[in-house]
Amino acid sequence: MGKIWRITGPVIVAEGMRGSQVNEVVEIGSEGLVGEIISLDSDRAVIQAHEDTLGLQAGEEVRGTGSILTAELGPGIVGAIYDGLQKSLTALMANGDVFLRRGVKSFALPRDKKWQFTPTVKVGDKVSEGTIIGTVPETGLIVHKIMIPQGISGTIKKISEGQFTVVEPVALVEQDGETKEIIMMQKWPIKKPRPYKKRLPTTRLLVTGMRILDYMFPLALGGKAAIPGGFGTGKTVTQQQLVRWSQTQINIYVGCGERGNEMADVLYSFKELKDPNSGRLLAEKEVFLANTSNMPVVAREASIFVGITLAEYFRDMGYDVLLVADSTSRWAEAMREIGGRLEEMPGEEGFPAYMGSRLSSFYERAGQVECIGSPDRMGSVTIVGAVSPPGADFSEPVTQNTLRIVDALYALDTSLANKRHFPAISWLQSYSLYVDSVKEWWSKIAPDWAEIRASALRILQLEAELEEIVRLVGPEALPERDKLTLMVARMLREDFLMQSAYHPVDTYTTPQRAQLMVKTIMRFNTLAQQLIESGGTINELRQSPIVPRISRMKDIPNEDFEQRVKELTNDMETGLIPQKGGVR
Amino acid sequence: MSSPLYVKEGKAINQAKGSLLIAKGIPGVQYGEIVDVKLTNGEIRQGQAIDVSKDAIVVQVFGGVSEVDLAGCSVRYKGETLKLPVSIDILGRIFNGMGKPIDGGPEVVAEDYLNVNGEPINPAARMPPAEFIETGISSIDGLNALVRGQKLPIFSGSGLPHNQITAQILKQAAVRGASEKFVIVFGAIGVSYNDADFFIKNLGETGAMARAVAFINTASDPVIERISTPKLALTAAEYLAWNHGMHTLVILTDMTNYCEALRELSAMRDEIPSRRGYPGYMYTDLAGIYERAGRISGREGSVTIMPILTMPDDDITHPIPDLTGYITEGQIVVSRELQRKGIYPPIDVFLSLSRMMKEGIGENKTREDHNNVFMQLYAAYAEGSYLREISTIIGAEALSDRDKIYLSAADRFESEFLLQGEDERRTVEETLDIGWKLFADLPEEDLKLIREEYIKKYLPKYKDEKKV
Repeated sequence: MGKIWRITGPVIVAEGMRGSQVNEVVEIGSEGLVGEIISLDSDRAVIQAHEDTLGLQAGEEVRGTGSILTAELGPGIVGAIYDGLQKSLTALMANGDVFLRRGVKSFALPRDKKWQFTPTVKVGDKVSEGTIIGTVPETGLIVHKIMIPQGISGTIKKISEGQFTVVEPVALVEQDGETKEIIMMQKWPIKKPRPYKKRLPTTRLLVTGMRILDYMFPLALGGKAAIPGGFGTGKTVTQQQLVRWSQTQINIYVGCGERGNEMADVLYSFKELKDPNSGRLLAEKEVFLANTSNMPVVAREASIFVGITLAEYFRDMGYDVLLVADSTSRWAEAMREIGGRLEEMPGEEGFPAYMGSRLSSFYERAGQVECIGSPDRMGSVTIVGAVSPPGADFSEPVTQNTLRIVDALYALDTSLANKRHFPAISWLQSYSLYVDSVKEWWSKIAPDWAEIRASALRILQLEAELEEIVRLVGPEALPERDKLTLMVARMLREDFLMQSAYHPVDTYTTPQRAQLMVKTIMRFNTLAQQLIESGGTINELRQSPIVPRISRMKDIPNEDFEQRVKELTNDMETGLIPQKGGVR
Repeated sequence: MSSPLYVKEGKAINQAKGSLLIAKGIPGVQYGEIVDVKLTNGEIRQGQAIDVSKDAIVVQVFGGVSEVDLAGCSVRYKGETLKLPVSIDILGRIFNGMGKPIDGGPEVVAEDYLNVNGEPINPAARMPPAEFIETGISSIDGLNALVRGQKLPIFSGSGLPHNQITAQILKQAAVRGASEKFVIVFGAIGVSYNDADFFIKNLGETGAMARAVAFINTASDPVIERISTPKLALTAAEYLAWNHGMHTLVILTDMTNYCEALRELSAMRDEIPSRRGYPGYMYTDLAGIYERAGRISGREGSVTIMPILTMPDDDITHPIPDLTGYITEGQIVVSRELQRKGIYPPIDVFLSLSRMMKEGIGENKTREDHNNVFMQLYAAYAEGSYLREISTIIGAEALSDRDKIYLSAADRFESEFLLQGEDERRTVEETLDIGWKLFADLPEEDLKLIREEYIKKYLPKYKDEKKV
């Protein structure tokens, strides 16, 4: 046990700390504030406090806990709301803690709740690290798989079915003549990646229901993507859409240094939203980490790593997990603040020089893997990180460091947002390196996906070029052919890429439906081109009854969609302009 | 609480530099505590212990270390961080940036002393804001609706009428269907005497002062008090909201002065600066202020914050508006261009945004067609503005007839929808009906963003048909 020697903001120097280890968690002062040792110098330790240090005095006690910062893993995670250090905010709420007093404690996993454990191995079976020994129905959507923790392998000596808490033994394993108790809870150091057998290529599409992602800039399961955008460009709504509708088994939402009211909005909406496949509440597959911007700064870093550790743990069960972090810039700012207090030599814009490697140590934990232990299974962790560049200027260090690591960029554009084009993802700036790897996946749904996608993007690209000309000569001066390009580009933008998060049908689009939508617009393009070549005009086309039908395509309920689009296509083939009859 | 028994006094001061004093360490001094620095000539300055260790205590002296002599000067440690004495009697009172009454009235008999930094609300305890506040201003109610518990700043520039807009909101704001009025908590940070006086007079004239608390730090008051003023105001608001179930509306003006003060103090501490010399922790610091807005489930009362800030050089990417925009739930941007055109209130529709709007509008809240009208108005005005921009290059004559309709719709939008009197209070229905009046001129097939049933119900030509 040591004593405080110096306090300066969140950095504390304690003396009498001989015997402590670097990264050990300590409790400070009479309130027991949580801190972490970041360096040791003979008997002095430099500690970063994860809570507000106002009012502490020199000479107060510092107690080591003997362990480094870990996450608690086991039944009880799904549906939970945690703070950055994995304190259960719901448990605190139940205690009447409406405000977060510092030093307040709560377990991540409830210690008194009993779970129904069903063994999947029997006495005499050989088990090793990662082997699944039983299951617990955690929620209506998630079966929690209990795995043998690190460092244990041997023979099952005893295993019981029944109701257990996370700290009661469910099995006994004999290892080298020693008997070890297995409980359902494991602890894992948050900064250490969990092991796997083998990394696998990322070839499956992460279906998000967002057309611009799935169709134009696909993300693969196990991939990593960044969403940078200035304020008001819809980062948060985009990320919320991802955790709502992504076709993954577990979604983890890390609110890192962001707004409390928005967090409340997310939490409330999940109390009602249902999973379209099972009809169960979506909250049954979500985990929330809420470290809002007014909560302790230092815990922002922890929140990101706790989130990824939870994600890897579910990956190890063989699940596809999506982790969404909003926003990594706030985390980087926390690094800068701590670095400044430690008087480290600053790098670009005051950020510490190690920011890039910290960011990659997070993003590199994404991936599709073959899990360790038996039975053989595959799991994935996909990471989507929001970045909040100051002044929406992407040349700043956090965005640039992030772009070096991620394989997909969804660039949010302030001018699109000002036009209320949502999601404000720029089709000119965004990219995805997964286009080739998910081609095969797409080809099973739409063999012509790659070509249609490319030609749609080409029209949008052409529009950007024509816009420059329009600014000089006006839209009326363009040849009819170019006017048509502008018209079709507008259709692609407004009737396909624009998607309302709040419309019950439009909020989620299946890949099949997205394919039909683009195909219809592109077919319109072909027919309209023929019409114009045979002397038709844009003004005639604008009057076409087909045009408003295309624009209302978004709102058609899923069950009628195929039929109605078929009718639309048929009518289109018979003639875009009724009085002119079919195109010959 | 402060008691003379705990007061410690230290005489051994080793260094004085900039605004910092380095004194010999004394046991029991708290990090962040407020201290009195007594000069040889008897003058007392306040300071704060910003680095506390066994050997030395670094005190930041508010007002600087000029005239400090190391031998004669002493530091008194009172063992407390800044606290605000509160009771229901703070209503109707005016305080300075340290929480002392400046209205000539007596000290408040405290029911409690609250830490001015407050405590973060447990995110799991928050209730999403959803009650529409009718401000009577079309450009806010119709397009950027404010709800209880939201934090919505006004981004303005020097010389723009943000004070008038704020005063109009203060006068007119009410929750639809609720009879209770807002309690106004007013924090003036480094503003001119005239500006502070404008609001106090305004509150007095409308009879709102009895339900208001004001914390005034004028430009001539100490810089350090600019830091504490918004915190005091919010502590008072939280007390009234969470302990007395009141709905509070907190006006903070001008947050730019707060940020300037933050930069000044940071520079004195030799901290590593971030963008444009502002400290790297400015985002967190501002969040500590704005995030105190909200609603709590199971509790009456709310804290709604409307900070006002002037953007240096009207630049929205300047660190102050930029960081604010990342924290607040939208922004109301005052436009110099509209102001020049004589439009009041000159609210820039494209740059303004209310993130909480969708929660607060619609059936049973405002009117079923609100969201559709908002989207369509917005789209039409955007189209008209784009054409206006093009027509300055190619001339209006080169536009098609359809384009000309949109061009004139944009003009009418500004002169009929945006423009209104400083005393004109429009209900949200009136606001939406102005929108429908503008839609009457547009080709009906262009009203793509409105549901057909609403077109049949509200578009003047069908509406009038029904009447016949």
